[in-house]
Amino acid sequence: MPKDVSVEELKAKAKELRLNILKTAKSAGSGHFGGSLSSADIFTALYFKYLHVDSEKPAMPERDKFVLSKGHAALAYVPCLAMKGFVPMESLESFNHYESAYGMHPDAGKISGCDASTGSLGHGLSIGVGMALGDRYQNLDTKVVVLMGDGEQNEGSIWEAAMAASHFQLNNLIAIVDRNQFSIDGNTEEIMSLEPLDKKYEAFGFKVIRCNGNDLAELDKALAEAWGEKEKPVCIIARTKKGFGVKRFQGAVEWHYGAMDVEMYKEALADIEAL
Amino acid sequence: MGKDAGTVWTVHDANKMTSKEIYGRVLADLGERNDKIVGLTADLAKSTNIGIFGDKFPERMFNVGVAEQNLFGIAAGLAATGLIPFASTFATFASLRAAEQVRTDIAYQNLPVKIIATHSGLSFGTAGTTHHATEDLAVMRALANMTVVVPADGWETAKAVRACIDIPGPFYMRVGRGFEPPLHENEDFAFEIGTAITVKEGSDITVITCGIPVLQARDAARELEDDGISVRVINMHTIKPIDREIIVQAVLETRRIVTVEEHNIIGGLGDAVASVIAESGKACAFTKVGIPDEYSVIGFPEDLYARYKLDSTGIAETIRELLGKEIEADEDWTDED
Ligand SMILES: Cc1ncc(C[n+]2csc(CCOP(=O)(O)OP(=O)(O)O)c2C)c(N)n1
Repeated sequence: MPKDVSVEELKAKAKELRLNILKTAKSAGSGHFGGSLSSADIFTALYFKYLHVDSEKPAMPERDKFVLSKGHAALAYVPCLAMKGFVPMESLESFNHYESAYGMHPDAGKISGCDASTGSLGHGLSIGVGMALGDRYQNLDTKVVVLMGDGEQNEGSIWEAAMAASHFQLNNLIAIVDRNQFSIDGNTEEIMSLEPLDKKYEAFGFKVIRCNGNDLAELDKALAEAWGEKEKPVCIIARTKKGFGVKRFQGAVEWHYGAMDVEMYKEALADIEAL
Repeated sequence: MGKDAGTVWTVHDANKMTSKEIYGRVLADLGERNDKIVGLTADLAKSTNIGIFGDKFPERMFNVGVAEQNLFGIAAGLAATGLIPFASTFATFASLRAAEQVRTDIAYQNLPVKIIATHSGLSFGTAGTTHHATEDLAVMRALANMTVVVPADGWETAKAVRACIDIPGPFYMRVGRGFEPPLHENEDFAFEIGTAITVKEGSDITVITCGIPVLQARDAARELEDDGISVRVINMHTIKPIDREIIVQAVLETRRIVTVEEHNIIGGLGDAVASVIAESGKACAFTKVGIPDEYSVIGFPEDLYARYKLDSTGIAETIRELLGKEIEADEDWTDED
């Protein structure tokens, strides 16, 4: 059951998460800024309001499951897990360092609260279908949430999983697409067009919800609706801006991945503070 | 100036370029003289540097989005129409994600698709296991018709890219991600697919290696020379077909062989060499250096190379260990009882 958390509280958390993303990237030396900042509000809403998870019992069977299919957003995911108490806040300083539990992509074997090791795109929705089937079979009243990239939608495996999700009538499965318009090489519509993405998911048997994924009020509404769905798997198409919150990164395809100098870091922090 | 392909950079530039950058440039160059060459990638035009070819020949470049299985299926189709497709993505995705497309669509039908896979081995260090490619040689070696090459530096990369066009069937080559100091000083050396290069002569022990560790092995060998240890270093840039002759010769002449590779110790160069040694029927002290049968930790490539003894210090250590190993333990043999 979603917790009683106001949109204002969520906004404050999202800001904190973005600051932690920047700090973590600073000690890591570089990072996937674009897709981490675009999805920060989604992480916030999920972890601070919707997902039933407990850092004291990270493996409890009745937890909601979360799969970060776009694994390169570990730079948002791990700080978010730290803010929720799954891993120590100080440990974020080791991100990308030798023998660290955290690199560019999350390792479920090393990160408390992380349900799947990801990084190779296009795997998450299948894993989510398996989790949703497994929980349903075991009579667990849970939700399984899978966060995907929009470029990631190019992978055929996503659509095999989508077909299975509606075939198995997985009303406990929620797919979220971080629709930030860019992959690595450019704009998704120029590289390999996805639109009409909503119609595609509808045709595959999903209930589709569209929202602004960088607006917590809209996201909150979309997630509430998804949580209430009783019949179909849900796909939330969350329109976002790649690099949201940092002016230099916002909508700039080259900042999918990069390294900041001290000046840029200060500038980026100031941008987030001013949000 | 690089003369054999009319290339446009100087030695000076090549010493500053990554192997994948050199690949992109050579391919762009070849494209000018061979209009059957086409390029493909899966949202990694920039990362693999095949984009250099694409910028020059946009009408001959196909970016299929993040979809590796589709990538290699399409490459097979293009090849079936008589074209020579060069397909580039990260080595892990080429060899694992699209393994069946590569095997059934390309290798089975013996189509001339040239797979130039970047971010090989541990070269994408901090990206972790999902982006490390430490099984690709095992997979590619096992595919009939496939030629498998691991160049030691940018110069070899350039030569291999040119040479692979003349191979009628499929071709797999892995190159790293970053800048590694070149092994060769210039391109004045013979490079033939299937013929290993003796980097250094030696008579006590032989190191057979490929890719980034070749330079490290040479440095280790030079160091050991001061202690009177004579190490032969063989650059086995072609894993398949492997140069059997040079291996058997090393067995007969040095009796001790160390293989070093940026790959799981199962299935790669070491196992290819081991088969040749076993089939030769000669006794030989032998050890494989590589990633043990486990998933690598996170870290910068240099730290990981040191951890897995793929750097010159580690290679020297292994050489000393193998030199200390007793091999003529004939008294253990029980067949004469
Ligand atoms: C199977 C696979 N192919 C390629 C990559 C390399 N890669 C990492 S991120 C990325 C672009 C992803 O774009 P998108 O899904 O839109 O992510 P976002 O923009 O949200 O960061 C690519 C191609 C990968 N991680 N996995």
